[in-house]
Amino acid sequence: MSAPSLTLADPAIGSFTPELFAAHLASVSHLPAWWLDRKREAWARFLALPLPKRTDESWRFATLTGLKLDGYTLPPAVTPAGLGHAPIGIAKAGKLVFANNRLVAQEPISAELTKQGVIFETLQHALLKHGDLVKAHLLAQPPKQGSEKFSALHTALLADGAFVYLPKGVEIALPLAVFHYAAGAGAAVFPHTLVIAEPGTKATVVDFFRSAGDGAHFACGRNDLYASHGAALTYVAAQNWSRATLSFQSNSTVARRDARVLALNLHLGGRQSRHESHSQLQAPGAHSEMLALTVAHGTQEFDQRTLQIHQAPHTSSNLLYKNALLGSAKTIFSGLIVVDPDAQKTDAYQSNRNLMLSDDAEANSLPGLEIQANDVRCTHGATSSRIDAEQEFYLQARGIPKADADELLTFGFFEEVLSKLDHAPLHDALIGLIKIKFNPPV
Amino acid sequence: MSQLEIKDLHVSIGEKQIVKGLSLTVRSGEVHAIMGPNGTGKSTLAKAVAGHPSYTITSGDVLLDGKSVLPMQPDERARAGLFLAFQYPSEIPGVSIANFLRAAVQARLGEGEELDATGYYKRLYSKMDLLQIDRKFTSRAINDGFSGGEKKRCEILQMAMLEPKFALMDETDSGLDIDALRIVADGVNALRSTNLGVLMITHYQRLLGYIVPDHVHVMWDGRIVKSGDKSLALELEAKGYDWVKNELIPA
Repeated sequence: MSAPSLTLADPAIGSFTPELFAAHLASVSHLPAWWLDRKREAWARFLALPLPKRTDESWRFATLTGLKLDGYTLPPAVTPAGLGHAPIGIAKAGKLVFANNRLVAQEPISAELTKQGVIFETLQHALLKHGDLVKAHLLAQPPKQGSEKFSALHTALLADGAFVYLPKGVEIALPLAVFHYAAGAGAAVFPHTLVIAEPGTKATVVDFFRSAGDGAHFACGRNDLYASHGAALTYVAAQNWSRATLSFQSNSTVARRDARVLALNLHLGGRQSRHESHSQLQAPGAHSEMLALTVAHGTQEFDQRTLQIHQAPHTSSNLLYKNALLGSAKTIFSGLIVVDPDAQKTDAYQSNRNLMLSDDAEANSLPGLEIQANDVRCTHGATSSRIDAEQEFYLQARGIPKADADELLTFGFFEEVLSKLDHAPLHDALIGLIKIKFNPPV
Repeated sequence: MSQLEIKDLHVSIGEKQIVKGLSLTVRSGEVHAIMGPNGTGKSTLAKAVAGHPSYTITSGDVLLDGKSVLPMQPDERARAGLFLAFQYPSEIPGVSIANFLRAAVQARLGEGEELDATGYYKRLYSKMDLLQIDRKFTSRAINDGFSGGEKKRCEILQMAMLEPKFALMDETDSGLDIDALRIVADGVNALRSTNLGVLMITHYQRLLGYIVPDHVHVMWDGRIVKSGDKSLALELEAKGYDWVKNELIPA
């Protein structure tokens, strides 16, 4: 009797086999050759790089056993009707809806904006129509916070995403909204949003990450923001994958002279979610506002790593990451402020605040500074606290039941971050998403 | 006609006994003042009646219309009709006064009953006008960065909106300049009615010049040692707390 033949999958690639890559490459063969070459290079990097190891400082505290790459597939196309798309109830300047790595619905920007030269299109469209512009910015900022392997996988398998281009001086009052869906069991998605803001522009871009259904999905996304001289860019990402999803998301921000970028990440979904964000302040007057809110429930794990890199004098950055932890959830915050030798007069702030709503939850904080200039102001801090008993009593003394009082206080804790958004409907829409997490519909 | 009855109340913080057998009855329409020096247990009395978890009632009872409030949570006591105006109101960043008061009003509605938002704001604005509070006030976070006067006016606004049967006012005059004191006192006087009983706790006679009490009690070392009408406050002001110590305390 012969032993059954077994093919053991390589855990370092899991489902992401050479056959899968070849099939993907064939599906995008109409795209420019330089891009296909970059995808092949990225694929080779993905194969060569190991999975994170216990000894990797950049993965400290993370649950590495949760990073298994098998059980996923490049999912088939779905129709918008199958998504159960829930509107967010805010007026938008334009909308793109992606599902399973393909565009499934679109509300184009106005003819007026198009006439001004604004581009709000798919990445594939941009690769074919605005190749040079895309080439200069697409994945131009290499990852440096530990997710190099997953970033390589993203580049290799990225099929489509959102491309936003704001020509000089254009201001758009309403947000541009991008929805990224994963649908079907084992769906692997590679969401991508690239925003290029030319001098003197002003706009708000919002990414919504969602699962159709509660299947186990694999999300490996990137969003890159480039803010030229005097641009004022607001970027919001609302992550609400299914509770069974493994998510990697990487953000880069480049701020040029007098540019102001505000990026707010709301983390709600996922089984295990890794988020890396790095801001580069490249010229005097550049400012980066790095904000995040996390509601960690049940056994969820949220792992957030940040870099504030000051490369020029008179630059500023302000980071505020707030986590509310329930159940036996786990959060990790690891942040680093880097000030280059000639970045004098840097003003950098980094703060991680954890609200412990359960005794079984675990919040890990690793704030850090690396300063090579001598005339700077850099501060950092991390705190973990419970609901304040005096505040709770104060609300109860007005007749508000304890559970409702705690909810009010928790939303009060979030408001310090949310109030930085100067777009009231968007602010309220994010509160709406958080409320659903606290009080899921029956 | 309602009645708040404090019966032989003993309160401790940890092992330390603070209130040592205090009895007092307040009826609707009456204003009682409790006067006494610092550390005599006045604030402890107010917080214990409101249900603060740090204070333990070791014996005695607090009855609201004959029913003990001691088994009730602080929020249940509030909904039953008790209101504590805090000496040091909590600052709560991120929670707007409008949202907070709406939650408090909502909590008083029955199961499935919806708050009438239009009526709520109409009532809120009329109470704010009464207390000379700017409309923009409601979008501010509770007491966050408020002056002493704003905090106390905010307390009175809450009292006006929640229409308690009994208000325990803990050192409402502390930290107020004379103008703020007058506004707060005018507010309380405007709320005085046959439906409201007030227990005012104060260190100084000053407040009682603006809110004239029906009854005055002198508290010393956890007990009431003398009760009288409003003239007792003036007598106390004239003779000082040494008089209490030397003549009212049984040796």
